[in-house]
Amino acid sequence: MFKLSATAFDAPAQARALADDRAGACVTFEGWVRNRNAGRPVLRLEYEAYAVLAEKEGERIIAEAKEKFPILAAAGIHRTGALALGELAVWVGVTAEHRGAAFEACRYIIDQSKARIPIWKREHYADGTTAWINCTEEARLKTLT
Amino acid sequence: MKAVQVQYFAILREQRGLAEEKLETEAPTPAALYDELRARYAFTLPVERIRAAVNGDFVAVSEPLQDGDTLVFIPPVAGG
Repeated sequence: MFKLSATAFDAPAQARALADDRAGACVTFEGWVRNRNAGRPVLRLEYEAYAVLAEKEGERIIAEAKEKFPILAAAGIHRTGALALGELAVWVGVTAEHRGAAFEACRYIIDQSKARIPIWKREHYADGTTAWINCTEEARLKTLT
Repeated sequence: MKAVQVQYFAILREQRGLAEEKLETEAPTPAALYDELRARYAFTLPVERIRAAVNGDFVAVSEPLQDGDTLVFIPPVAGG
């Protein structure tokens, strides 16, 4: 299950929802709003999503993870809207019989999600400017180097 | 002429100044329509950095556009 959330959500509750007597491992990832990016002080940010396709692509990524790794369950949630520093922006949870598959699948899901899901991030900087991440030449050059 | 519904997100929504519009176009593909709109609205991103979705799913930007399609131009994503 992959979904978007316009409001803050409780990560431990999401992990408990994956509870399964067969599971010997539960690996979760939390992405938080950080106060710097590429050397610039960040005050807050916004996420915008193309909701229908974001959830569809997220579900595809989770289905791929289930095919690639011997896991029991996987779920992801991504925030939309305005977020403050320290807030939970994205959560991924995976259960498996053994930890290796749970770690690998969790990594796969977050990496693919960042690369493929139609969600955009605008950072607001301390100097009053803003930028859509990956959408400006400056940001692109930074990611290429 | 085809009538297509176009939705904009993020940097494209801001540069266009609206989130959605209906357009009449002769453009055969999403790539061709993007180039038309880029010239009209001064979008900063080149077509090489844009993906497209038609009727709720990803398509190649070189796929044919059909009358009645809903088209979304997808600038580079940045989740997480």
